[in-house]
Amino acid sequence: MKQKLVAFVAGVVFAVGLGISGMTNPAKVIGFLDVTGAWDPSLALVMAGAIGVHLGFAQWSRKAKRPLWADAFVLPERADVDVRLIAGAALFGLGWGTAGYCPGPALVSLVGLTSGALAFCASMVAGIAVFHAFAGARRERAEDSTSTTI
Amino acid sequence: MAFTPVSALIGGALIGASASMMLALNGRIAGISGILGGLVRPQRGEVSWRATFLAGLLVGGVLLALAYPSALRAPSATPIALTVLAGLLVGFGTQLGGGCTSGHGVCGISRFSTRSILATMTFMATGALATFVVQHVLGGKS
Repeated sequence: MKQKLVAFVAGVVFAVGLGISGMTNPAKVIGFLDVTGAWDPSLALVMAGAIGVHLGFAQWSRKAKRPLWADAFVLPERADVDVRLIAGAALFGLGWGTAGYCPGPALVSLVGLTSGALAFCASMVAGIAVFHAFAGARRERAEDSTSTTI
Repeated sequence: MAFTPVSALIGGALIGASASMMLALNGRIAGISGILGGLVRPQRGEVSWRATFLAGLLVGGVLLALAYPSALRAPSATPIALTVLAGLLVGFGTQLGGGCTSGHGVCGISRFSTRSILATMTFMATGALATFVVQHVLGGKS
């Protein structure tokens, strides 16, 4: 129960932060990414503000045995850089720079009921579902062939 | 767009506070694409906290709509067909690359993750490329 409350409050704070920062305004995001046009560097400061607050907690979490209200940290362990990481980030960036929405601001903007936010979120969820359909099929093939591979 | 350093820093600090609550109390990464991905492909024990986080995002959206309505009603200048294509790319790409602006850009960089630093450099670069093509090549802005 405590953890769900934390998740809920964190969601509210995250959304308010996105709205105040300008991230929910696609034109503002495009202004930040438009480095050859009338560049607006504001959104670099969103990242600076977020990392400035989070850095100490993130570094603490690398040494701490467990979080305060849960049994264990559930964190990404991988350290290798592979093609999927770079290709995925590249595709994400192409979509982000095209519409000016990344996932968080798009979801928060659903409340505004604009056609742009609604269309973006519907197709974003479709894109996620397509990925997991492919990934699921890959996992099944990998399991079928475990006897012949290492 | 006007340079808005103060609101950007305050908003960013709130995002950092949210990510810190999730990490310090729940031991979780506040990565929106990861949280959403776990709802599209649900696994036992992994649904309810994600759903409550998402509900919090929407309630936060309602608070914004009441206090600061212009934040959510900014008209998108992007044609709807391009918006749909962009959503597909963002959905697929964030799952393939394991994160977005929050998971890689804020949480991963704060953990000094090499993967997240490279992912962030990559999506910033392709984001700028897509903006250049859409705004200046297709859109005819000088």
